[in-house]
Amino acid sequence: MTLHDHLPALAVVVPLMAAPVIVALRRPTAAWAVAVAVSWACLAISGQLLQSVLANGPFSYLLGGWAAPWGIEYRVDPVDAFVLVIVSAIAAVVSLYAKTSVAKEIDPDRQYLFYAMYVLCLCGLLGMAITGDAFNVFVFLEISSLSTYVLVALGRDRRALTAAFRYLVLGTVGATFYVIGIGLAYMMTGTLNMADMAERLPAVAHTSTVRAALAFLVVGIGLKMAAFPLHLWLPNAYAHAPSVATAFLAGTATKVSVYVLLRIVLGVFGGTGLLTALPLMELLMAMALAGMFVGSAVAIWQPDLKRALAYSSVAQIGYILLGIAFLSETGLAAAIVHLFNHAIMKTALFLALGAIVFRLGSARIEDIAGIGRRMPLTMAAVLVAGLSLIGVPLTVGFVSKWYLVEAAIGAGLWPVAVAILLSSLLAVAYVWRIVEAAWFAKPSDKALAATEAPTALIVPTWAMAGAAVWFGVDATGTMGVARAAAAALLKGVAP
Amino acid sequence: MREKPILRVGTKLLIPFILLFALYVQFHGDFGPGGGFQAGVIFAAAFILYALVFGMANARAALPAGLRRQIMALGVLLYAGVGVVGMLAGGNFLDYSVLSDTPTTGQHIGIFLVELGVGMNVFAAMATIFFVFASRDPSAKEDG
Amino acid sequence: MEVPGLFNYWMAVVLMMAGLYAVIARGNLVKKIVGLGVFQISVFVLYITMGKVKGGTAPILGDGITVYSNPLPHVLILTAIVVGVATTALGLALVVRIRESFGTIEEDELQAIEEGEA
Repeated sequence: MTLHDHLPALAVVVPLMAAPVIVALRRPTAAWAVAVAVSWACLAISGQLLQSVLANGPFSYLLGGWAAPWGIEYRVDPVDAFVLVIVSAIAAVVSLYAKTSVAKEIDPDRQYLFYAMYVLCLCGLLGMAITGDAFNVFVFLEISSLSTYVLVALGRDRRALTAAFRYLVLGTVGATFYVIGIGLAYMMTGTLNMADMAERLPAVAHTSTVRAALAFLVVGIGLKMAAFPLHLWLPNAYAHAPSVATAFLAGTATKVSVYVLLRIVLGVFGGTGLLTALPLMELLMAMALAGMFVGSAVAIWQPDLKRALAYSSVAQIGYILLGIAFLSETGLAAAIVHLFNHAIMKTALFLALGAIVFRLGSARIEDIAGIGRRMPLTMAAVLVAGLSLIGVPLTVGFVSKWYLVEAAIGAGLWPVAVAILLSSLLAVAYVWRIVEAAWFAKPSDKALAATEAPTALIVPTWAMAGAAVWFGVDATGTMGVARAAAAALLKGVAP
Repeated sequence: MREKPILRVGTKLLIPFILLFALYVQFHGDFGPGGGFQAGVIFAAAFILYALVFGMANARAALPAGLRRQIMALGVLLYAGVGVVGMLAGGNFLDYSVLSDTPTTGQHIGIFLVELGVGMNVFAAMATIFFVFASRDPSAKEDG
Repeated sequence: MEVPGLFNYWMAVVLMMAGLYAVIARGNLVKKIVGLGVFQISVFVLYITMGKVKGGTAPILGDGITVYSNPLPHVLILTAIVVGVATTALGLALVVRIRESFGTIEEDELQAIEEGEA
């Protein structure tokens, strides 16, 4: 076997082995170097996987050589590979940014811990995306969650501790719900392999055990992906975590949970007919619409910009959920492409906020007054990513919303299409607040003392902001992958 | 508890047997009930008992934080390393059959080493959790 | 004594609800962690019960042994127990640090302090 055959395992093994190496090294610079090397290696592996899956179709990797469905199977198909690339690309860009920001925000003797948790979290997220075993998802979910709790708790503010605690409680409840759901499904099918489970479930779909399993799984994953009204952990966790951790998590953690929802609900339970027999899609749509409006509306009133953008994330998860709820190819493609697009623009925004925190020590609306002239490059990145959040043409946000509206019209749901546009107006409101404060308000004392952020922070921020425009202007590549992924997912869904 | 001779002597008598039992559970894992998780916890229990009776300072001297961290890191590396060796030998990740001439022997060697790695890691982690909670030293808070 | 057929499942549900109730209703952070632990353990009971086969023994080859319990759920739960231990340890570590920096571990008092800072 060549190295190429082992890529699916390496995507998980490389970051897993890096964590103990970082703990053994302990020196901040060395730890950072390992984290950067690992993140870029994962990006290279994921890119390779995406390329070969698009060229040759889905393939499997059998852990330990044990044949599926008995052994654990790593299954790579277009959806997996796309998510792998999103996660590792965000991790790679954020890792370059990390050194300067982490050095400022975290004590030197704890920095190695930050990087160890960073690569462990990456390992968990990649593992969730690549594995084809339902219980293995739980294991990787907990690897990423436990490291996330520590990352959040490393924040400077003492409120980071309570935020991490609340996240831990709700996250554990969510993960345990997931295990209950998988347990009930295992009871009825006797298998944990997702593909095998999908084949066996239709025969027992009429039992209440399977229905209960589906309910537990949806609520459990909903908690992890912060779908409204299960989002309560998210704003505080994002607001008080170290800037680098927020940027990384905002771009990846909830996205991978959405992927798990797609994989489990559509991939495994798709053939049971329960998706249409139960009012599940209607429920998801209601949650999505409520999230879109409440998330955006609450974001308008937040004095802390990190919190405001965290609430905006709740709204954006709503858009993704809405795309899924249409249960059509266009809707699903819109949801998948929005995974990618939102990851880019939210990471760009949180990286820019990290640069502001680096200079000002806070990201409160009154402190950033007049900062537009002092930190023009940083604020320009905020503006570009903010416009994308609204959905202005030539940005990635527009691509997602265009297809979402198309899917809504295709489903004959005019009011929903109008709701998408109306909720975008709320996004205009919270982005305008930032613009008004940054360029039109009287400069605060802090802003007068500030200068442009260091190059090490500006370059990764603009890499993300630039990507938000690049993939907005030319969306054929991302939409092509998203369409292929959506078609693959819908194949297993019973009409 | 330092002045209670019965406890001190009793503990000193017990600890070797606890450690021995842990090793038994560890190395018997591929033939009967047992394995790395259980062995690691039992092994750590011996140190925790020692710490309870003889005090944190002595326990810390017997098992310094640096050593715990190294054991923990080494455990994960051993586990993953076995998988990687399997890869280099031409099998899949964690395929033990290729570790030796005959697949059965290979499986034995593989699971033995992996369980050893798990045992080391669990031992160090359990001991660290206890030490961190038992100590008042705020700088050690994040060791867990 | 013969245990009624679904006894274990009922107990799993009772533990689940008790644990979840403690997580939601208790204001003390340590009690929340205890509730979380009970909640997780209910799932362990659920899995172990489903793996048990009446009259079955441990799945080790031997003379005269024909009925085995399903070992897979037990192995899964071994993993889940380890995860549970890690979660509990991390949760308690956070509680210790919350107590050190806020001086309280009561939810309502924490909330009052935090609102003062916001």
